[in-house]
Parts: sequence; structure tokens; C-alpha cells
Amino acid sequence: MAAELHVELVAADRKVWSGEATLVVARTTSGDIGVMPGHQPLLGVLESGPVTIRTSEGATVIAAVHGGFISFADDKLSLLAEIAELSDEIDVQRAERALERAKAAADASAERRADVRLRAVTAVR
Amino acid sequence: MGAQLRVYKRRIRSVTATKKITKAMEMIAASRVVKAQRKVAASTPYAQELTRAVTAVGTGSNTKHPLTTEADNPTRAAVLLLTSDRGLAGAFNSNAIKAAEQLTARLEREGRQVDTYIVGRRGVAHYNFRERKIAESWTGFTDEPSYADAKQVAAPLIEAIEKETADGGVDELHIVYTEFVSMMTQTAIDSRLLPLRLDEVAAETAPKGEILPLYDFEPSAEDVLDALLPRYVESRIYNALLQSAASKHAATRRAMKSATDNAGELINTLSRLANAARQAEITQEISEIVGGASALADATAGSDR
Repeated sequence: MAAELHVELVAADRKVWSGEATLVVARTTSGDIGVMPGHQPLLGVLESGPVTIRTSEGATVIAAVHGGFISFADDKLSLLAEIAELSDEIDVQRAERALERAKAAADASAERRADVRLRAVTAVR
Repeated sequence: MGAQLRVYKRRIRSVTATKKITKAMEMIAASRVVKAQRKVAASTPYAQELTRAVTAVGTGSNTKHPLTTEADNPTRAAVLLLTSDRGLAGAFNSNAIKAAEQLTARLEREGRQVDTYIVGRRGVAHYNFRERKIAESWTGFTDEPSYADAKQVAAPLIEAIEKETADGGVDELHIVYTEFVSMMTQTAIDSRLLPLRLDEVAAETAPKGEILPLYDFEPSAEDVLDALLPRYVESRIYNALLQSAASKHAATRRAMKSATDNAGELINTLSRLANAARQAEITQEISEIVGGASALADATAGSDR
């Protein structure tokens, strides 16, 4: 049985990742949600957080997603985000600097963005 | 060199310099069109998925939302006009402005008060010169708009539509921009962004009568719609900004191409005139020499006798 779902991770200005996967875990406003093939059609609001995609080859793709939506129907899953970055695209040093800066400036949203990026990177290792 | 010839030579030099400049501008615009088109294409998946999601919520639930319900008798409308910061693009800006003015006139005839929001220095200058009121304006990013710019433009518009009309809010949001049809054709169009016509949006996404599945909404249909619609407006504005930028570059390319062509023609005409002037000068010189020589010959022949 081809237990696969097609995933499209798109940011506002580009397609970030697309491919086949067996499991996608994302954080919605009401908690983490895992989507596997055959899930009920779903449309949810995403929180800032890392999204984990287990590809059908067994690899794991992690992306930092800042706000957006998850929609799933007919074994096709789309993750829409205003900003989305794959973990290997994230510049760790830059995110760390941004985190420090955000903490110093007490900018909660910037701090969360930087934190999500760092968590996405560390989750891979 | 005669005075006439010198004048022609000088004009040819000046037109050649102008031609070089317009040629360079044409090539720059041509490369920018391609870049802008690529950006339009890159933003398409997001816009498509978002439209799909909006349709799903709109048709799949009986949610009433201020952004989707039409006011019983709308009294105020916002018009967002997208122009460019720089000119040299033929009729690009005047077409967009004309479309906006027609729309404004139509809305006012229907008894609505119109707030104008403008992107791009050209539109702002046009309205300021005529001392018309501008609700808000943005400049400086029309050549290469980013998503952050679109968000910046969308924020006050969404705020205005969510406010009660009595407190200075608006009932409708229209957008006027230049649609990029092809390299040769760009048309200024106006469309109503809000309130959303869900049936229209649905027709756009599922032309084959595709039936949308019954979605589970997380956390609830209202919350999803609340979060979706502002994003939808942003993405539509972003798309319009990108198309407008691509259209502007295409219009610039065309304007500069005809300027280059005209300069080439002018150079041809002027060189012909210069050649004729040179030839006339030579002819005159020859006839002067011949005349002088024959006068001399006549004089010496006379003294001989």
C-alpha cells in the first residue's frame, strides 16, 4: 500500500520544499498535530514553530515556519507560511545574534522567530 | 566647414548620445521584466493554495465574517491604486490613474464615499498636484516589491475594513493595478478584493466543478477564517504589486525601444541632410573656382590683345 502523502511547503514568495512523506508534524494554535496518510481533511492555523516532515525515504526534513496554515485533503498536504526556512538554510550564528538582540530589545515576536529557527536547527542534530 | 553642416553634425552627435542611453534603459528594463515575471511565478503556489483554503472555509462552513458579508448599503469604499515610482514608461501610470478615476467616479455615483490609498510616487504626485485627498501612500519599493511591503500596504486597509463604517472604516476594498498579460499587453484593471465574492473565488480555483472535501477546522472555522482572510488580502496585494512591477518594466522597455528606433530614424534623416549640405558646399566651391578661373582667363585674354 502506498501510504504516502504529497507535501508542499510554500512560503509567500517561493516554494520551499515539496515531495512525498509518511508523516508530518506541525504545531497548530491548539497544539501539535501529526498528519499521516488517510487523515481526515483538515484546515488549521499554524503557530510559529518547527515543522517535521518524515520523507518516504526515511529522511527527516525540518523547517522553521512562522505563522501560516496547514491544509490536508486527498493525501495532499499543503503548508502555507509567510516565512518558511529549511533547517539547513538557517544561519545559526545569525539566528543566535538575532535572539540576543531581541532579548535585549524585549521584542517578543523577534525573540520567538529566532528561537524557532534555532530549535529547528538543533532538532536535526 | 559651413555653418549649416556644423549644426547638423552637432545634432547627430547629441541624438546618438540619447540613443545610447535609451538603448541601455531598454536592455535594463528587458532583464527586469524577466526577473519580475519569475517573482510572479514564484508567488503563485502560495496564492493558489491560499485561495483554495479560503474557498474551502467559505463554502464548507456557514461562518459569517465581516470580510465576506456585504454591507446592506455600503457608504464608504477604499480604492488602492498601484502606480510606479518612476516614469519613462509610456502610458503605464496614466492608464492606471485613469482606471482609478473611472472607478472612483462610478463608486461616487453609486453614493459611496471613496478613500484613496496610493502606492508609487507617480500616483501620489498626480493626486497632490490636483490637491485631492490621499488616505495613505507608500513609495520606494515599486520596482521590486517584497512580501513585507505587501504586508505594510495591507495592514491599514484590513484595519479600515474591520472598523465600523461610522468610526471611519470602509465597507469595500477595491484595487486598481496593471495586469501583466504578456510582454506586449498590459492592461489596467480594477477588482473588488473585499468583501469577498466566494462564488467567484471558487470558480477561479475549481473550474472543473471539483467538490471540495469537508474539512475539519483547527481550532474552529471562525478562527481559521479570521486568520486566513488577512493573509489572503496580503497575498492578493503582493500579487498585484508584482504584476504591476512586471508591467511597468515591460512598458518601460517598449517606450525605450520606440525612443531608440526614433533616434535611429532621426540620425538617418539628419545624416542625409548633412550629406546634402556638404555636397552643396562642395558644388558651390567648385562653381566659385570655375567662375573665378574663367573670369581670370577672360581678363588675361583681354589684356593680350
